[in-house]
Amino acid sequence: MSTAIKNTQTLSNGHRTVLGPGVQAPDFTLRCTPDQSVSLNELRGRPVVLAFYPADWSPVCGDQMALYNEILDEFQELEAELLGISVDGAWCHSAFAKQNKLHFPLLSDFEPKGAIARAYGVYDQKNGIAERALFVIDADGIIHWSYVSPVGVNPGANGILSALEDLKAKSETIAAAK
Amino acid sequence: MSARISLTLPDPERDHFQGSADAPIKLLEYGDYECPFCGDAHAMVQQIQRRLGDDLLFAFRNFPLANIHPHAEHAAEAAEAAAAQGNFWGMHDLLFKNQSALEDEDLAAYAGELRLDANGLIREVIASVYAPRIREDFKSGVRGGVNGTPTFFINGERYDGDLGQMLSVLTAQLS
Repeated sequence: MSTAIKNTQTLSNGHRTVLGPGVQAPDFTLRCTPDQSVSLNELRGRPVVLAFYPADWSPVCGDQMALYNEILDEFQELEAELLGISVDGAWCHSAFAKQNKLHFPLLSDFEPKGAIARAYGVYDQKNGIAERALFVIDADGIIHWSYVSPVGVNPGANGILSALEDLKAKSETIAAAK
Repeated sequence: MSARISLTLPDPERDHFQGSADAPIKLLEYGDYECPFCGDAHAMVQQIQRRLGDDLLFAFRNFPLANIHPHAEHAAEAAEAAAAQGNFWGMHDLLFKNQSALEDEDLAAYAGELRLDANGLIREVIASVYAPRIREDFKSGVRGGVNGTPTFFINGERYDGDLGQMLSVLTAQLS
């Protein structure tokens, strides 16, 4: 995990600091299945949506991951990679993904527990889980947008899609200027 | 998606709605016919409609979570196909009352019960004739802040409170 976070621009969520726009997204390599891993730096070159959530197996109809699963085509249109992340183990993620027919990776922030959630400033120490926190990371690995949802409120997808559209518009403007 | 659709307010020109188009309270639901919480909410909405009468416009848009609810998409198609035959709300009510029986043959039976053209309805369901409209509903919900099912908007504002309290919240808005 990268510790070279020089820019200290952060958002406050009351009792800890959440990484905010302009900050280099801390790198990580985490398991997404019992025998496969994903590293953030392997995904450079396109936007990444990092969706921290408290736990697998929350009630399904209101479930954040089930919602994102239904709009994967929109993430793809915006050329973004979606990663779910919680402190659940890889076997738990496998069962959860299978049950809900999820078609995107769920990363396991399992050992040391919650280390990546801590690095992003979204670990709920008291309950030992990640908060519902969203990060949109640009193609260069810089955080473009982040949001922490109030306890118990599923943040939905609108903020993510707006941030991705914003990124796309920016990259098109830059491309046109070249 | 059409930019004309309001994401959080009913559009009487487009949406299936009950009540008066100029009612002071406009309630918009994004729902899924196979979602048990939507089934519970359906009874609640009916109670709210009885209590508020002409003061309420209620509209429904589709938000099928098709990966976790394998029958939700066809059920939504059936409601839209029934709408094309002039009876959206009859099918809507039957689907919510029979959430555990949403196979295609069940959908055909409900169409028959409503005296609709069941064969024509099922043909349209299987051909996904109304999929673009359902997707338009879904996308407007996503952009409007729908985060699960059911999600309700009261006069354009997402209601995050307890469903059991919704009637009193609506009544308070009236006074």
